[in-house]
Amino acid sequence: MIAELLGAGTLETLFPNGISRYAVGGILVGLGTVIIYLGTAITAGASTFLESTLSYVSAQQRFEQYRPSRDWRIVFTLGIVGGAAIYALTFQSGLVSSGLYATGDTGELREVGGLTVWLTDVQPWRLFVGGLLVGIGTRIGKGCTSGHGICGVGSVSKTSLIGVVTFLVVAIVTANIVAAMGITP
Amino acid sequence: MSRHPLFMPLILIGGLVFGFGLGFSHMARPEVVLDFLTFEDFGLLFVMFGGSIIAGLAFWVVPQLRSSAPLTGRPYGRRLKSFDRNVLVGGSIFGVGWGLSGICPGAAYASLGVGNVTILWALAGMFLGAYIQGVWRSQSSRTESAVPGDD
Repeated sequence: MIAELLGAGTLETLFPNGISRYAVGGILVGLGTVIIYLGTAITAGASTFLESTLSYVSAQQRFEQYRPSRDWRIVFTLGIVGGAAIYALTFQSGLVSSGLYATGDTGELREVGGLTVWLTDVQPWRLFVGGLLVGIGTRIGKGCTSGHGICGVGSVSKTSLIGVVTFLVVAIVTANIVAAMGITP
Repeated sequence: MSRHPLFMPLILIGGLVFGFGLGFSHMARPEVVLDFLTFEDFGLLFVMFGGSIIAGLAFWVVPQLRSSAPLTGRPYGRRLKSFDRNVLVGGSIFGVGWGLSGICPGAAYASLGVGNVTILWALAGMFLGAYIQGVWRSQSSRTESAVPGDD
């Protein structure tokens, strides 16, 4: 019905890979957050791990506040790595398939002993410089896409809503400038 | 500090589901994030809204059923952070980094899990960035505390 209103082909233009892969993935990301919240009342974000882990190797005063949570944040991060690896072993490797999952054609797939690994084509300097700014910005800005984007928006926090709009708008402008400069991939 | 024996296993299970979702949605792929930011594929909206709606439902319903969490005794609440200029400054710096690289912290951990070793460049950058702001802010807070103040 929506497709008819927008005209034939509009949905395919807006969502060339469909929406089910994204919706299912998003629900699981939310569910992971909820599992931790139900048991612990902790609203876990992903970027605090960067500073809490630095407290193991640096005596900087700024990192001290994260000492009490640094052990479980490592477990949370290892869980994220492991969960993505389970996805790689199943859906990415083609061992399991579903009508809800679209494989896509980004990056490069490589076979490593029965496991299909995925590698990005985005240039290392973009990842490193971008990562550097992500590390600075998420910690100064009090959260990232999971802390502000999932937990904060889910909490209807004005601070997080402003944070999300800020990083989303700036990221859209940045990505379009980079693309217009012909920098690819 | 003693913790409930199920505390760490629960954190691990939550992380596994979270990371599987990031892999399945392809948000762990920088290309997909960059396609979203340049209006090629709006699918990522469903990851953000899907995730925040599920979390929002729990944050809204659970506190009405129970007052504190079984494994920690912590009171159930929402994630509310104070607003100040840092939210705008930090958010903007994060936005430039996200728009340049197509990767954010949680997605970077998941990207490593799908076999993308190239993402170690981004993770190295994130740790360095977090360290730089930590050194910088540790110094400025020492300077501030040397001056008597009320806050």
